[in-house]
Amino acid sequence: MGAYIGRRLLATLVVMAIVGLIVFLLLHLAPGSPAAIIAGDNATPAQIALINRQLGLDRPLPVQFGLWAWDVLRGRFGTSIFSGVPVMELVLQRIPATVSLSLVTIVFAATVAVTGGVLAAWRVGGVLDRTLMAIAALGFSVPVFVVGYLLIYLFAIRLRWLPVQGYVPISAGLWPWLSHLLLPALALGLAYLALISRITRAAVLEVLAEDYIRTARAKGATSMSQLFHHALRNAGVPIATVIGIGIALLISGVVLTETVFNIPGIGRLTVDAITNRDYPIIQGVMVIFSGAYVVINLMVDLSYTLIDPRIRR
Amino acid sequence: MSDAVLPAAAVPVRRHGLARFWRRHPTLVIGGAVIVAMVLMALAAPLFAGDPLAMNPMNRLRPPSAQHWFGTDTLGRDVFARTVFGARISLFVGLSVAVGAVAGGLVIGLLCGFYRRIEAVVMRLMDGLMAIPAILLAIALVSLWQGGVPVVILAILIPELPRDVRLVRSIVLGVRERPYVEAAIAGGARTSKILRRHILPSTIAPLTVQGTYVCASAILVEAGLSFLGAGIPPSIPTWGNMIAASELYLALAPWTIFCPGVALAVLVLAVNLLGDGLRDWLDPRLARGL
Repeated sequence: MGAYIGRRLLATLVVMAIVGLIVFLLLHLAPGSPAAIIAGDNATPAQIALINRQLGLDRPLPVQFGLWAWDVLRGRFGTSIFSGVPVMELVLQRIPATVSLSLVTIVFAATVAVTGGVLAAWRVGGVLDRTLMAIAALGFSVPVFVVGYLLIYLFAIRLRWLPVQGYVPISAGLWPWLSHLLLPALALGLAYLALISRITRAAVLEVLAEDYIRTARAKGATSMSQLFHHALRNAGVPIATVIGIGIALLISGVVLTETVFNIPGIGRLTVDAITNRDYPIIQGVMVIFSGAYVVINLMVDLSYTLIDPRIRR
Repeated sequence: MSDAVLPAAAVPVRRHGLARFWRRHPTLVIGGAVIVAMVLMALAAPLFAGDPLAMNPMNRLRPPSAQHWFGTDTLGRDVFARTVFGARISLFVGLSVAVGAVAGGLVIGLLCGFYRRIEAVVMRLMDGLMAIPAILLAIALVSLWQGGVPVVILAILIPELPRDVRLVRSIVLGVRERPYVEAAIAGGARTSKILRRHILPSTIAPLTVQGTYVCASAILVEAGLSFLGAGIPPSIPTWGNMIAASELYLALAPWTIFCPGVALAVLVLAVNLLGDGLRDWLDPRLARGL
């Protein structure tokens, strides 16, 4: 158990170091000097020289990487070209909106997908199974921004049930906060739902063929108890894995969803950075999102032992 | 006598085979048909679609009509012409990324499966690449390198690579334990010959399937990048660019967003269906799970 956790922690650190190396080299392999890219289009030669000195860009590449990595570890991602504000500060301002959107999406998508996937596996080929698999096929194919505009058009512009765009912090009240997040979470969650429901269905189908399910049935367990107690529990590991891996899908979707729904989160920050050619922000967001993805997947791996005690040995 | 009957009887038998193929692999046929139709439309676009760039300020945001099947956008441009021309970029980017990623994955994966030293380094690199969300990596690449379609293709291709490399490597690791590969090694065959003659064939079916999924994903990412303003320059009509330019007119002229949006969804769905169909057809063992 302890060795397993230690191994996983080490692997995570290695992956993070490589992510850092890739992000670092990206800037250095690009055409034009790194200092000129970080300083932006309107920089004076003096500003570029200053950045060269500050970041030690005249030193050997491995030393530069060391300096950069040390800064990143302390949360220093440089300053925005456009506003002159440290990138970390900008990201911290935007975190509540992005975390709200992601949490609502994960809760909604995982609940619907796991319940749906289990019930679909219970009656393979039935109406629910066919409907869910059709939704899954659509979820993989319809881009999140098209779904987003469709939802806005139907539920906000035509029916006027929900607000069109924007974000309200949770301190302004639970319903105002949630009502602004329902449509974005639905749009963002569709692809995620598709992924999780397919895996859940496949994993539960496999478990349903096991001997202990037949035993449970012989014992007289109700179908719901068979499904959710015996089958889902044993199918838990692949489902948890895909919920973790799907975070990558979610992060890409967040950037698009925040743009469609005008939510002032980290995705929106990134898109504004594209327009302003503000590379330090793009770089910082890349490191932070990759870090979040890796850490979440580490937690998922460690949760295996809770889901399935057999793994502890 | 019987010889004369045979050719006539052969026709119904053949038709029976096609009908059976259709019944067994409907997704393959539907997906393939839609893609063929879209490719033909995209190729013949200059012949029938009209000018996608012609502006007409007197004719802004008109709803669909006999003259403008999909209506007009905020500059009075014909949405139908732009949608048809937009298919060219989507198909070109999708196909280029699929071919590039599969070819790259094949070469790197084969090398990794056979040379342990390369494998250790390359697979760690792939782990790192996989941890960076694809669209962010693509945004970073596009904003660093600037430029048009080739840069966008490369920026979409690089984040797609790790999955293909992993797939090929896992196939190679499985196949190289087989007796016929061990026999070839024992017989003193050169590594390059073993890779080409004995291992490459096993990768063709799974890579074909994987290629269609990469293509679908690339079409989605290209549209997303263009929509965010980090993709193809706005002067070129692409589905993502069209939607981005019409953002403000959702309530006033929904056709400016939903026509390219539906085209995009239909194409990606068709490519995904083709992929599912190919998977069931080429590798029935894989099909049972999902």
